Parts: sequence; C-alpha cells; structure tokens
Amino acid sequence: MIETLVIPLLKIAVLLNAVMISVAFMTLLERKVIAWAQSRLGPMRVGPYGVLQAIADPIKLMVKEDITPAKADKLMFTLAPILSLVPALVVFSVVPFGGDELFYITDLNVGLLFIVSVTSIGVYGIILAGWASNSKYPLLASLRASAQLISYEIAVTMTLVSVVLTAGTLSMVGIVEAQQDAGLWFGFVQPVAFVLVLIGGLAETNRAPFDLPEAEQELTGGFHTEYSGMRFALFFLAEYANLIVISAVVTVLFWGGWLRPFPNVDALAFLDLIPSWIWFFGKMFVFLYLFIWIRATFPRYRYDQLMRIGWKVLIPIALANIVVTGIVKVVL
Amino acid sequence: MFDTDELVINMGPQHPSTHGVLQVVLRLDGERVVDADVIMGYVHRGVEKLTENRDWTQIILLTDRLDYVASATSNLGYCETVEKLMEVEVPRRARYIRTILSELQRVASHCLWLGTHAMDIGAMTVFLYAFRERELVLDLFEEYCGARLTYNSMRIGGLPLDIPSGWDRKVRAFCDVMDSKIPEYEELLTNNRIWLERTRGIGVISGEDATALGLCGPPLRGSGVYRDVRKDEPYAAYDEFEFDVPLGTHGDTYDRYLIRLEEFRQSLHIIRQALDGLPEGPVMGKVPRLIKPKAGETYHAIESPKGELGYFIVSDGRATNPYRLRVRPPSFCNLQGLRPLIVGHLVADVVALIGTIDVVLGEVDR
Repeated sequence: MIETLVIPLLKIAVLLNAVMISVAFMTLLERKVIAWAQSRLGPMRVGPYGVLQAIADPIKLMVKEDITPAKADKLMFTLAPILSLVPALVVFSVVPFGGDELFYITDLNVGLLFIVSVTSIGVYGIILAGWASNSKYPLLASLRASAQLISYEIAVTMTLVSVVLTAGTLSMVGIVEAQQDAGLWFGFVQPVAFVLVLIGGLAETNRAPFDLPEAEQELTGGFHTEYSGMRFALFFLAEYANLIVISAVVTVLFWGGWLRPFPNVDALAFLDLIPSWIWFFGKMFVFLYLFIWIRATFPRYRYDQLMRIGWKVLIPIALANIVVTGIVKVVL
Repeated sequence: MFDTDELVINMGPQHPSTHGVLQVVLRLDGERVVDADVIMGYVHRGVEKLTENRDWTQIILLTDRLDYVASATSNLGYCETVEKLMEVEVPRRARYIRTILSELQRVASHCLWLGTHAMDIGAMTVFLYAFRERELVLDLFEEYCGARLTYNSMRIGGLPLDIPSGWDRKVRAFCDVMDSKIPEYEELLTNNRIWLERTRGIGVISGEDATALGLCGPPLRGSGVYRDVRKDEPYAAYDEFEFDVPLGTHGDTYDRYLIRLEEFRQSLHIIRQALDGLPEGPVMGKVPRLIKPKAGETYHAIESPKGELGYFIVSDGRATNPYRLRVRPPSFCNLQGLRPLIVGHLVADVVALIGTIDVVLGEVDR
C-alpha cells in the first residue's frame, strides 16, 4: 500500500510543486538573463534583485480578470490552456532526475516513446486556443502552430530513433545506463542527433527564433491574444514547462543524465561526491540558459523558411543519421 | 464543397509593429498578402492649417511635432526655407552647428529605426543596444537646448544659443563611442543567417519604380538611385564637407539596412569634420525684429533622416504669418511605396517592410 500508492503520490506532489516553482523562477531567470544581455538590469523592485518577481507575476495573473470573448467557443476556449499544460507536466513522470529510484516517479520501459507521444498532445492546446478564440490573429497563429509543430515533431522523433538504436532501449533510465556502460555520453557519439534535437526542440516548444505562433510583432501575441488572467498563465506555464522538458530530455539522451563526466574513469571518482541530481540539474541549467541566450540573440524565422528547414534539412539529415547509425551498429 | 476565401485582416491602428497608428488592411490568401490598403490620418492635427495662424517664429515649434524622432531636421528645413524667402544670410558658425545638430539627429533617428526594425523581425537585443546610443544623442541635445525630443532648436536667421562650453568635446567623445558600437549591431545582424533570410530579396523595388513612386532617402538610394539633397542641393554647410552617399544594388530590405548603417558612419565623419573646422563668430544673423517676408513663394528641401523633407511657403507680404505652408514629408512619400512592396509577401514580411521604409506617423499625417 505504502510502496505502491503513498510514496508515488508523495513524489508526484513534490515534483509538481517543484516544476511549478521552477517555472516561476524560470520566467525570472529569462527576464534577468535577457536583461543582462541587453545591458539593463531586469526586474529589481520586488525583493532583493527582483527575486520575488517570480512570485509576484503569478499572483498578478491569478487576480486578473478572466475574460472569455463573447464569440469564442466557450468549451474549447477553456479546454485549450489545460490541454497544453497537462501533457507538459505529465512528461515529468518519466524523467529521471537522479540515479536513485527516489528521483524518478517511474521507469517506463517505453519512456522515450511516452514523452514523444504525450508532448505532441500539447500541440492541440495551441491549435484549439487559436481556433476557439474566434479571432483572426489567433487563427493565423494556430495555423502556423499546427504546421510547425507537426513537421518538427517528425524531425525530432526520427532523430530520436538513432539515439534509441545506439542505446538499445526506450527507457529513460536505460538510456542513461547505456551511456554509463559505453563510458561515453551520447552527445559525443551522436553529435548530429544532438544538434537536430536541440533545433527541433526549440521549434516544438515555440521558442525564439521559432516562436512563430506567438510572434508578438506580427500576430500581436498569436494564439494567446484573447487570453487573460490565469488561462493566459497556464499557457506560460506550459511553455516554460516544455522548455524544462526539452532541456531534461536533451540532458538524459545526450549528456549522460545524472552521470558525472567520464563515468568510467576511476581517476575522476572524486566527482561522485557531488550528488547525481546536482549533475543533472547543472546540465539542465546549461541548456535552459542556452535557450534564453538564443532568444536574446536571434531574429525570428519566417513561416515558410521554418517549414523549409524542417522538411528539407532536418528530416533528411535525421533519416541519414538513422541509416549511418544502423550501419555502424551492425558493423561493430 | 471546398472553397477558399480571402481573409481580411486589420493590421493596426493598434498593432505593435505599425510604428504608430498606421492602419494596413491586408487581404490574405493563407499568409500571403494579396492586396493591401494603407490607411493613414489617425494623428492628423492640421499642422499646416495651424501655421496660418501662428507667426513665423512660433511655427518652428510646430515643426517639432512633424517628425518627432528627428525634430532638429524639421526645424532646419523650415528655418532655411524662411531664410531663403527673406534672403537672410546665416553666419557660418550657425551653419556649422546646424550641420552638427542635423547629423546627430540623423544618428538618433537611425538608431530608433534600427532598433524598431530589428525588433519587428524578432531581434530584440539590437533594440536595446540602439536605444542605448540614442540616449547619448538625446543627452547631447538636452545639454544644447534643454529638450530631449521636441527641440525647438533653431531660429530664423541662425540659432537661439551658441553651443555650451565643452559640448564639442562631448560630441567628439560620442562619435568615438558610436564608432565602437556600430560593429556591435553588425555582429548581431549583418552576417546573421536568419537576418539575411528575412531581409534579402524582401521588398525589392527597382530604381525606376522607386523614382516613379516618389520615394526618397534610404528607400530610394537602396535601389541604386543617386539622390541626396545634401550633395545635390547643398544646404547648411554640407558643401564644405567630404562624405559619401551609400547606394544599394538590389533594392531589397537588406540593402536599405546596409545603407542606413553606412549613413551612421558618414554622419559621424561629417560631425568630426564640422567640429574640426568650427569657425568663430556669431550664431545669429541680421534678422528684423518682426519677421515679415515680402510677398512671394518658395520651396526648399533638406535631407532629413527619412529622406527629402521639403517646405513650400507662400507669403502674402502683409501678415506676420504664412499665407500657406505645405510640408513635403519624406515619410508620407515613402509610405506610398508600402503597398507595392508588401503585395505578394507574407504577413511576417509586412512588419519588416513597414520597418524598412522608416515611417513616422506624425510626419505622415501632419
């Protein structure tokens, strides 16, 4: 009873809260990092160095008026933000944050497949939001979103196949263990796949330079133009939760998850003094920072250019990568 | 059973990227613009009519409100036109300082253009960088005339004030700062793949078309047409300085971007020359107490940061205000080119193209 029910539920509760809080601070981090990149200070008023801004923002959004446009499809309009947030949170159940069983909720033997399929549900949230708003800019945004997310879904999933080929398992824990056995992070074995997943991940989470469905300057906020208050906040939560998911997945697949550098070199055994979850969060943080950095640096792609990159560049490379991986796997 | 319909969408007057209250009614086929209707007039204040009830000096204040991101050049254009009408000699020192002010203004205006243009395309860091440098120019203007946006910085016959002591040193220091900052913008944009893809081949307009549409300033020079009032009909002290007029070859958004970046450098070059050769003497010419030009009419144009800014003034010789004052605002003429530029492009390009022609609605509507 305790083993099967209480402990998992406790873990889920802790994880959900941790994710929510880290999303809140993620927004602060983003504002701060971008501010530093742009030679300004960022939030400074709420708490020391603006630290409490992360809490003030959600409170502000919660107490704001929740408006449903008169001509919106009420059911879908309400459903959309939920539909985009829930999958983003569910995915965390199979992410191993550390080596011990304590640090993941479950080790699903098809973990990676689970992540891919659940995250693609999140797309519906954005499509429905744009459609249910019954407004022109969100409609354009949702068209963009459906095209963009689906085509990048394909590229990313195909790339993941080559990783699965290398690891020989779909389990997230298994993939990390495979890297331990190989003594090498897969980032070095599959550098092409790493870059593809990074780009595809950016596109799938609607982050700059692929933030077309939001495209503030073109579509005035895109799919969430008509949203306000907590429903708007849910979209934000989903976006940042997805960002954390992508960082976590990249960390697990390519950078050894919770493993220390050179996991098989005994001379570096002192690095094991640092707990495994710190390694994991450290690596994840690097990617979160990278995503923010990219946002501060690059202009935005155009819709047709984005599709061209997806279909004409990423997917062929991903396919070639699978073939090469397969051949190498057979030969060795 | 299946039929497609054009989507009519209102871009503006309340839209983050229409640079004020410009309204563009787009007819879209998917994301492609089939037709566009550019609607203006939301900030019409009747400046031209107002001038008929103000005396000649008061009008300088109204010209501030035309192109409010480059009011020094608006002032200059008006003052020079009246001087031409009255045949007043402006002291050389005043002409030099006017040149410095209008080139500083060009830098400030181009900073604002660069920032917002890059922002429209999604590069938000450049926006903050460009505004950082614009702030320095505004500080210089504040020190010179006390205002940061609407300067009222010139008078008919010269300048109201000589430059404060040490100001020239600060301007020189600013030129050095600006010189070191332009590579920062270039690093973020010029060779950036995404920037190239978003601007190259976008909004191409040939030299003939640009001339036929009456475009002026960087949009015209971007198409390779040599036309710069500073060179063709020198005013202020421009005939005494060395500078190049950058020209584009393709007539696309990228060329217009490169031209404006080069104009930064040329402006700094002009400012440095003017500071080196700044003559001594008065800054105000011999102007009668009561300004009352004799009957007649005249047109005079200057090169504002946006293009050819002209004033046409009719005086009946009796009143202390113009009989008629007509402004030829560069933004208005350049806006003419917006529709041919955007038709056939995607929604995302529309914002880039509104940015590239650099309109200020205060000047368009007047």
